[in-house]
Amino acid sequence: MYIKITVIDRSGKAHELEAPTDITMNLMEVCKSYELPVEGTCGGIAMCASCQCYVLSNHPLEKKSPDEEAMLSEALHVKENSRLGCQIPMDKKLEGLRVELAP
Amino acid sequence: MIKTDIIIIGAGPTGLFAVFEAGLLKLKCHLIDSLPQPGGQCAEIYPKKPIYDIPSRPEILAGDLVDQLMTQIKPFKPGFTLGETAQEIHKERDGSFVVTTDKGTQHQAQVVAIAGGLGTFEPRKPDLANLILWEDKGVDYIIREPEKYRNKNVLIAGGGDSALDWTIVLAELAQSVTLVHRRNQFRGALDSVQKVQVLKDQNKIQVITPAEVIALDGVRHLTNVTLKVEGTLVNQAVDYFIPLFGLTPKLGPIANWGLEIEKNAIKVDNSLDYQTNIPGIYAIGDVNIYPGKLKLILCGFHEATLMCQSAFQRIFPKKRKVFKYTTVGGITGFDGSRKEAQKSTIKTIE
Repeated sequence: MYIKITVIDRSGKAHELEAPTDITMNLMEVCKSYELPVEGTCGGIAMCASCQCYVLSNHPLEKKSPDEEAMLSEALHVKENSRLGCQIPMDKKLEGLRVELAP
Repeated sequence: MIKTDIIIIGAGPTGLFAVFEAGLLKLKCHLIDSLPQPGGQCAEIYPKKPIYDIPSRPEILAGDLVDQLMTQIKPFKPGFTLGETAQEIHKERDGSFVVTTDKGTQHQAQVVAIAGGLGTFEPRKPDLANLILWEDKGVDYIIREPEKYRNKNVLIAGGGDSALDWTIVLAELAQSVTLVHRRNQFRGALDSVQKVQVLKDQNKIQVITPAEVIALDGVRHLTNVTLKVEGTLVNQAVDYFIPLFGLTPKLGPIANWGLEIEKNAIKVDNSLDYQTNIPGIYAIGDVNIYPGKLKLILCGFHEATLMCQSAFQRIFPKKRKVFKYTTVGGITGFDGSRKEAQKSTIKTIE
């Protein structure tokens, strides 16, 4: 049970990843397991923004929690399509998701 | 010069637990941490968040985990150098290491264990041109001495606890305090948010939202900032601009110690004892890397335990390896305290 997603790293290189949808992983964890340069300092609780990414595709993402909104209001390099990877659970609806890692 | 058996750099969960394991082997530890309190990320970033993967703890708040570790290691009387960053290391003729902090405090030991997590926490800086030019000339990222701002015009940016707390403190001292945030919602203790609301209502401070500082200006010292307030540019005269956007970890000075670094972490020999490429210097917890590494607190505990065994051998090469079960021997603290299991009573039943 997995979906294919594309993560563009900070040098512009696209990585096609297979993300499992059946073990409650989030995008930050998927990136880390593929050894992409995502720190995930706070352990996935929307407290550090080290997994910030820009969502490039039009997928139906869950709404931002107040914690994610608050973190994004303090983080740097925030754009309209900024999300925290740790707040994006892998789900079959996200097949083909395309994101870019924020600086 | 502070002398000890093991210098532990980083007072997070892994560094703290190392004190316990070292204590069982009668080795004394001294911890250095750049943060003002022990606990590392757990205390600084998410003290109120629960952790679910500590063995035997179905749920524990990060802050409570730190408190419990501090209680557990108390008998072994660890020393602490807090609020100082381990800056330099050099090796003495007798094989011991001297670690010097950014404030000049010196520590000497036969063994150094780096338990530095993701590194030193440094203030997250806003993305502004010429920002560096004004550092210490009107731009401060950390408030060390509030008196510095007495009768000055201060502008604080940020939406979290520290922005709120310092706004409250400086409102009493400064000539004027302006709090600027990208939105009108603040993430902080309810009490702090309410206090800032009262100060604003009483016109004791100015709160500008949604807004952000986009430019700095001055002559030798900062005199003005440009704010973007809902698309409009506004100029404001200030003596100090204090961006409080939280902390972000950087490996820091350790990166220049000649240790083998890979992916921003220190390479260690995990098949043996978590020693680095420099004999006598170990790296444990989130700061190290080896094949299959997982950055988990529970892995840090294991690494700390094996590190202490190796450290013991290094400090006492002629002594036999020691290994203790606390269930059998109990714990004898350096403070004279003693904990042990109740002895079973053996009596004859007539």
